[in-house]
Amino acid sequence: MSGYSITEPTPRQKWIAGTLVVLYALITILPLLWIIATGFKSPADAIAYPPKVVFDPTLEGYVNLFTTRSRATPEALEAMGPPETWYDGIVRQYGMVISGPSRYGERFLNSVVIGFGSTFLSVFLGTLAAYAFSRFKVPLKDDLLFFILSTRMMPPIAVAIPIFLMFRTLGLSDTHLGMILLYTAVNISLAVWLLKGFIDEIPREYEEAALIDGYTRFQAFYKVVLPQAATGIASTAIFCLIFAWNEYAFAVLLTSGQAQTAPPFIPTIIGVGKDWPAVAAGATLFLLPVMVFTILLRKHLLRGITFGAVRK
Amino acid sequence: MAEIVIRNLCKQFGAFTAVRSSSFKIEDGEFFMLLGPSGCGKTTTLRMIAGLELPTSGEIWIDGEEVGQKPASERDIAFVFQMFALYPHMNVRRNISYPLVSQGMPRSQVRARVGEIARILGIEGILDRPVGGLSGGDRQRVALGRAIVRNPKAFMMDEPLGALDAEFREHMSQELRALHDRMGATTVYVTHDQLEAMQMGDKIVVMNHGVVEQFGTPRDIYDKPATMFVADFIGSPAMNFLHFHGAVRPGADRVSVHHQALPIPAAREAFEGDIVYGVRPEFIRLSDSAGYRGRVRAAEYLGTTQIVTIETPNGEAKARIPSDQPARPGDMVGLAFEGATVTLFDAQSGRALRSELNEGVLAHG
Repeated sequence: MSGYSITEPTPRQKWIAGTLVVLYALITILPLLWIIATGFKSPADAIAYPPKVVFDPTLEGYVNLFTTRSRATPEALEAMGPPETWYDGIVRQYGMVISGPSRYGERFLNSVVIGFGSTFLSVFLGTLAAYAFSRFKVPLKDDLLFFILSTRMMPPIAVAIPIFLMFRTLGLSDTHLGMILLYTAVNISLAVWLLKGFIDEIPREYEEAALIDGYTRFQAFYKVVLPQAATGIASTAIFCLIFAWNEYAFAVLLTSGQAQTAPPFIPTIIGVGKDWPAVAAGATLFLLPVMVFTILLRKHLLRGITFGAVRK
Repeated sequence: MAEIVIRNLCKQFGAFTAVRSSSFKIEDGEFFMLLGPSGCGKTTTLRMIAGLELPTSGEIWIDGEEVGQKPASERDIAFVFQMFALYPHMNVRRNISYPLVSQGMPRSQVRARVGEIARILGIEGILDRPVGGLSGGDRQRVALGRAIVRNPKAFMMDEPLGALDAEFREHMSQELRALHDRMGATTVYVTHDQLEAMQMGDKIVVMNHGVVEQFGTPRDIYDKPATMFVADFIGSPAMNFLHFHGAVRPGADRVSVHHQALPIPAAREAFEGDIVYGVRPEFIRLSDSAGYRGRVRAAEYLGTTQIVTIETPNGEAKARIPSDQPARPGDMVGLAFEGATVTLFDAQSGRALRSELNEGVLAHG
């Protein structure tokens, strides 16, 4: 006979908890799996009813995502000879030829530049501001902190019209710089507040020890405080990136030709012949960077989310 | 190594005055204690000497140079924090070598110096360990290593033993004192523990409410307290205070307390009014022949001695007497005082009245 501690769950409780977690994971991951699967279906399979769970995977969706195609007459196709590449072959089954690359790659790159650019800027400025708020006597500190927080008290899109007009006047419409500044402005309050919490937790003695050891205030900041704040910086960066990466409304409103990001672009693919596999392929690829970034920083993220919940 | 002189040092945080007009002098090579209850300004004083706080006014001289407004990094002093403040992202070796790296010392020299320090402190075995898993004592040694590695002009220590458990504190305080005797470095040490201050210090400054109450050797401070606060703060149990109304004339060696003439060291000033007769517990004897009497309230047995609490006409008194001497609660006993050790205080201001005993100390205090 074995006894169990009252604070430790029994095997039965563990089993129930495990089942619940797996169920919850399935429910949340299912739509994601569906999108990934749809990306590998043919257009006919994608809209088949009842939905097909088992299907012949094809890269059609990905080919369509990255190309623009035009219809060709059977004679013209005949005259061209056999397809030169595998993706030519896929396109020609439908009596089409590839007429050039699509703009998806470009839009994706815009997302990378704007998303990571604004994340870097938010975290960089946020860390400096949070350090100053945490360590120095700033006049009207509490009011300033409240003011910074107050920028989050309404949905950012509520100020879409003034921002639209402002961007037009300043020539920031449809520019990378404009979008980076906009997302930074939205994210910076989150960054300052999150990071201030983390930096408050780092004992001042570490910096003071560095000051005594002959380092300047700035050296003490980046050699002692920054490594200690790495966890906070990482989780803040993830939150900022997720917002900037997924943002849709401002991107639709403020970008079109030059600086359009992937979110407003992906839905426009549907226009070209109800091409759900291509849309799903675009969404799948779009998920990857945030996923990789989050997996790389997941240890920090966990600590960041539960931060403050348990006192050491 | 250096002499440190503090002149009229003041520090205000907004409307709050942490330190008001402190002056004292720390001789070269001295182990100097800043002692006082929490909030008395001792840590602020230490931080001002180190350069972690800038004084509102006053002067700090280290090694003949006025450094009051200089940043900490230019004062060439070392600081040992109560929580040690070892850099958590570095191992022991890097922690100790960090102050040398800031001076741009060549790598091979740093290595040799760190090895030498590790040998002195007996921590060669843990040099490559992360600081996270170290025991309290080892952390303390690493913190000391980081302080002494640079041969600074002086050491500042802010309750460095406060984070250790009682058993280990004793051991570490001896180790600290031995290290100091070996290096002969000027050390300023903050503590609220009067025993620690008495044990380790060459000199003690007692502070209260931002004011220096007394400054001197442990013996002078114990035997010849300058104020009632010092008399009360130092010693366990504290000095007994018997309150009475009366007068004392210069040259007198008795005062009249509750119709009894109690002995005092020859007075050096005249005073009339509310007076406090201050006597340490070990200088009270129970004697049936004594005229001054009180009733025993309690007796605490401490092995070779016992502390007897006695209700007297002028307030409660504690006497430290041999434990074989009978003292039962309820007994009426006579109290005899060792007159040469007594200090009289002005009850209003708390100031000690000058006498044959303390005139030398009070003159420069």
